[in-house]
Amino acid sequence: MDTGKLNADKIKQSLAEGKRFDGRKPEEFRKLIIEKNVSKKAEGSVRVRLGKTEVIVGVKMAVGTPYEDSANQGNLMVTAELLPLSSPRIELGKPGFSAIEVGRVVDRGIRESKLIDLEKLCIKEGEKVWTVFVDIYSINDDGNLLDAAGIGALAALKIAKVPKYDEENGKILYGEADRDLPLNDVNPIPVTVHKIGGFLIVDPTLEEEDVSETRVTIGGSEETISSMQKSESASLTREELEKAVEIAKGQWGELFKKVEKLI
Amino acid sequence: MAEGYVRKDGRKNDELRSPIKADVGVVPNADGSAMFQIGKTIAIAAVYGPKKMHPQHSQDPEKGTLRCTYNMNSFSVEDRIRPGPSRRSTEISKITEWALNPVVMLEKYPNEVVDVHINIIQADAGTRCAGINAAAMALADAGIPMKELVSSISVGKMDKTLVLDLDKFEDSEFEDGEGSTDIPITFTHSGEITHIQLDGKISSEQLKEVVEMAKGACDKIYEIQKEALKKSLMAGEGEK
Repeated sequence: MDTGKLNADKIKQSLAEGKRFDGRKPEEFRKLIIEKNVSKKAEGSVRVRLGKTEVIVGVKMAVGTPYEDSANQGNLMVTAELLPLSSPRIELGKPGFSAIEVGRVVDRGIRESKLIDLEKLCIKEGEKVWTVFVDIYSINDDGNLLDAAGIGALAALKIAKVPKYDEENGKILYGEADRDLPLNDVNPIPVTVHKIGGFLIVDPTLEEEDVSETRVTIGGSEETISSMQKSESASLTREELEKAVEIAKGQWGELFKKVEKLI
Repeated sequence: MAEGYVRKDGRKNDELRSPIKADVGVVPNADGSAMFQIGKTIAIAAVYGPKKMHPQHSQDPEKGTLRCTYNMNSFSVEDRIRPGPSRRSTEISKITEWALNPVVMLEKYPNEVVDVHINIIQADAGTRCAGINAAAMALADAGIPMKELVSSISVGKMDKTLVLDLDKFEDSEFEDGEGSTDIPITFTHSGEITHIQLDGKISSEQLKEVVEMAKGACDKIYEIQKEALKKSLMAGEGEK
């Protein structure tokens, strides 16, 4: 809680009038900017900006062994690093809980929506499959890194190419793209709804995030919710949860339209 | 001297890669920040501080401490690298600190620390040099007192031929004759060497040439760093 109590009171007062400090409506996202191919060694990469919040997401692919319970499927691994570079509050050292949470929640959003057609990433059943790594780096934290990361993951996967694989020599020919990453027709986007003094908002700035009492991340597309996580200690009423879901559903389509336009 | 080596990308032996781009203020949260790109290598650096050093036993009552952290994005190279620190990144972090320390004036900040975080977004050899170049600009942008800037470049010996600013192929794939020798060097503007490393083999005579080549290149890089800092001062007048 770095923003003082005074600020908290002021934020709540404004919300009571349906206003936010930066002039947005409670259910309005900041301006979304996506820049493609910011790191060309990656199979797909994007820089995502939500206002002053910025993340870079890259997709890398490697050949590995499948898990026993999914012998004919590729693997997915999502990792987030919240860099000390991106905020004075992030300390050096082992990943804090926030980084783990961003990675895991984004992972579930992609995995559970079946965005990636993992069966098409099987090279030899039980022996060789593609592993898709989605790696997220924070560059500037001004709140809502999680949604920015989720949008970035979707965008990076959408533009990612599978490199050629030389089966005889077991060598990946990076840079020689073979095909688009096989994706299903879903577009999961996480939308985190925050509760501040009984009001629900999306896409908080850092000062709003500081006074947020609880939040729930709802990932999905169109009519289907594919992942959810409530975080922080305060509770939500059933009505609030229902409303949060409606807010998220309203945003998925809007955000995806923007993503589609930007990539 | 044999001049057999011809550069794959068509550059002259003493030619830097292009584009060279520098930009200041790329991380709004930071007290100072900068981006430096040379060819396909892109580094950003952000400075936080001076701030109290924790834990207390790490504090230096004589002067402030410069603390650098070099980190590569997992997808910045062909074969994904595991996120997080490695032996290599730990060494480069220290080398970067040593390269910058001689010009940073931290006497006024006893018991405090200035953090410099370097992130490699795209790697095609020369990342430590790009990181140092970005870091020097970020420190200046943060208003940390400095005697002068530092600029960094790598010189290579390909078989017997000296070339400036190695790319990935020259750095790690070239194996003809005597192979590839990589010599990253950092200069202050006034001509002192604050960092030099060498991997390979070279005669003392040729090393002199290497140093001469590096100084010439660092002068060019210095101009680019200076221009970017000037531009941000002009643009930022009245702000911050």
